[in-house]
Amino acid sequence: MLEDLFKMVTTRFNGDEKNETKEFRCPRCQNSCGADELQKNMWVCPECGYHARMNARDRIAITCDKGTFKEYDKDMQTANPIDFPGYEEKIGAMQEKTGLTEAVVTGECTIHGEPCIIGVMDSHFMMASMGSVVGEKITRAFERAAEKKLPLILFTASGGARMQEGLVSLMQMAKTSGAAARLSEAGVLYITVLTDPTTGGVTASFASLGDIIIAEPKVLVGFAGRRVIEGTIKQRLPEDFQSAEFLLENGFVDFICERKSMRRTIAHLIRLHRPPVKSSAETSPTEKSSDTSSSESTSKTPKERPASKENDDNTGSSGNASNAGNANSVGKSDSAGKSDRSDKPGKSEGIFGAHKNKPGKGAGKNG
Amino acid sequence: MAENMSGAANVSQEREITPFERLMIVRNKNRPTIRDYIPLIFTDFFELHGDRFYGDDGAILGGIGRLEGTPVTIIAEVKGRDIYENKASNFAMPHPEGYRKALRLAHQAEKFHRPVICFIDTPGAFCGVEAEKRGQGEAIARSLAEFMTLKTPVISLVLGEGGSGGALALGVCDELAMLENASYSVISPRGFASILWKDPSREEEACGIMRITSHDALSLGICEEIIPEPEGGAHNDPETTAENIAEFLVKTLNKKMAKDIDVLLNERYNKFRKIGEFME
Repeated sequence: MLEDLFKMVTTRFNGDEKNETKEFRCPRCQNSCGADELQKNMWVCPECGYHARMNARDRIAITCDKGTFKEYDKDMQTANPIDFPGYEEKIGAMQEKTGLTEAVVTGECTIHGEPCIIGVMDSHFMMASMGSVVGEKITRAFERAAEKKLPLILFTASGGARMQEGLVSLMQMAKTSGAAARLSEAGVLYITVLTDPTTGGVTASFASLGDIIIAEPKVLVGFAGRRVIEGTIKQRLPEDFQSAEFLLENGFVDFICERKSMRRTIAHLIRLHRPPVKSSAETSPTEKSSDTSSSESTSKTPKERPASKENDDNTGSSGNASNAGNANSVGKSDSAGKSDRSDKPGKSEGIFGAHKNKPGKGAGKNG
Repeated sequence: MAENMSGAANVSQEREITPFERLMIVRNKNRPTIRDYIPLIFTDFFELHGDRFYGDDGAILGGIGRLEGTPVTIIAEVKGRDIYENKASNFAMPHPEGYRKALRLAHQAEKFHRPVICFIDTPGAFCGVEAEKRGQGEAIARSLAEFMTLKTPVISLVLGEGGSGGALALGVCDELAMLENASYSVISPRGFASILWKDPSREEEACGIMRITSHDALSLGICEEIIPEPEGGAHNDPETTAENIAEFLVKTLNKKMAKDIDVLLNERYNKFRKIGEFME
């Protein structure tokens, strides 16, 4: 079923693989821009808002508070469980090319002052396929989160199970999902952020098990490879098939969030899941956030709805189009809860309220 | 694939049969399916349908029956014996509603303290537009997570092909057995050859290196027992094969049902937790 998946994801998205050093050609809108410009725009296509792939190092840099990331299991390396010919060499070459030991980096950090455990998969390393090391590091992240009662945030990206480890890699799906189930039983928050591309065995295991599932705009998320399906139905599939927006429409992600607002969104969600503090006034002191170390942070509390600030962050044509889904979903809840919004502004509205300010395009897009 | 098969003492060491030949035995048109085995292994079988959300998937059969008098829940992937059966069962390739039906019945079993017996026999979960729309990935993921914490014994058995996540969705269990010629793999050998060598016709070669046989799964610590098949394959003597399966199930169920549920759940978690090879 994973047939062609690797081929598909590498050819279809070749743009950002090759041009990291010179020029970025967007695989969605085919427009080009300089690598510097792309980086300044947080690796988001300035034309269409496609959220391009990032390496784990950059992702950690834009997500964690500066200097807070402490890596777990840094030196864990894969063995060759089924004695697959040439596997060690392949791994060695990937390590040299990417500077990573494996396809996932896990560790502990704070985000806007909120302590959490974080895992970032890096598609530049063998398409972030899941073998023994990815499975073990992710499982340990779940177990540590349960033990330390810290929220777990996983940024997923993967071509699926790693062929070169055969059945052993398939079993990592059961292992990680079992660990996710245990974390859930422990009552600890688990957030997944689906990034480009999340497919195959990772979609069919821990990526789909978050308490809250967020996706970045226009990323590819699916189970089976596009070509496999096209082969089965003997038809071309529409462009947006298996996109984040497609998943939102079909009910498999909670919302789509832009990269620019990701840090803040995650921090807010973590705060919303803090156990209530007893005997405090209705304006809960738990919201007194320590955003100090963040570069982009502007002091704010969720109660004063930071609509205008969010807007600043979200300027650029990308925001409007790619947030269509989110704007739409907010729009619905918005109109439903309009009456009580004025007297008690909910925290959740504070986060997403920004998009209300530009409902025109969003609503039009989805309608 | 001359592997050291320590622990497989009860299986005759038929070196001549290659993994590819075993795959051909498994794909034999006359190989018994779950519908052949049920009347030979269970009594009082009632089939139960539907996932209560979307529909009833013919690729997964579920129901309640008795194994030597003990009520058990049976969940199985269904290969067809002819084109009509195969049409109804989508060639044993489940849609999300199939996995959701399986999970519904598993939770029902948990409620009534019935053990669950899963029979795996699929080339893989179905790949199609509707399957994606209804969340194939989510359905499998949910299965994996919830079987892991299901508070009743779960035994799985690979009857024929155990293809990828579609097989694993019924494979999170306390003990896994495989029929001798059955295979269990991360992807079909054809898909494997297609991805790694861009040449699906090198299927036989892929079988040679993928380690997909029951003996491989045993030596990798993924399956606990190999159930012998009559010479030439199960189709040559379905009754004897069914007896062998029943014998394994009774023995294993007695063992698992005697355990405290917390112990059982810990052992189940650790059975998968320990799989993987790495260096630190």
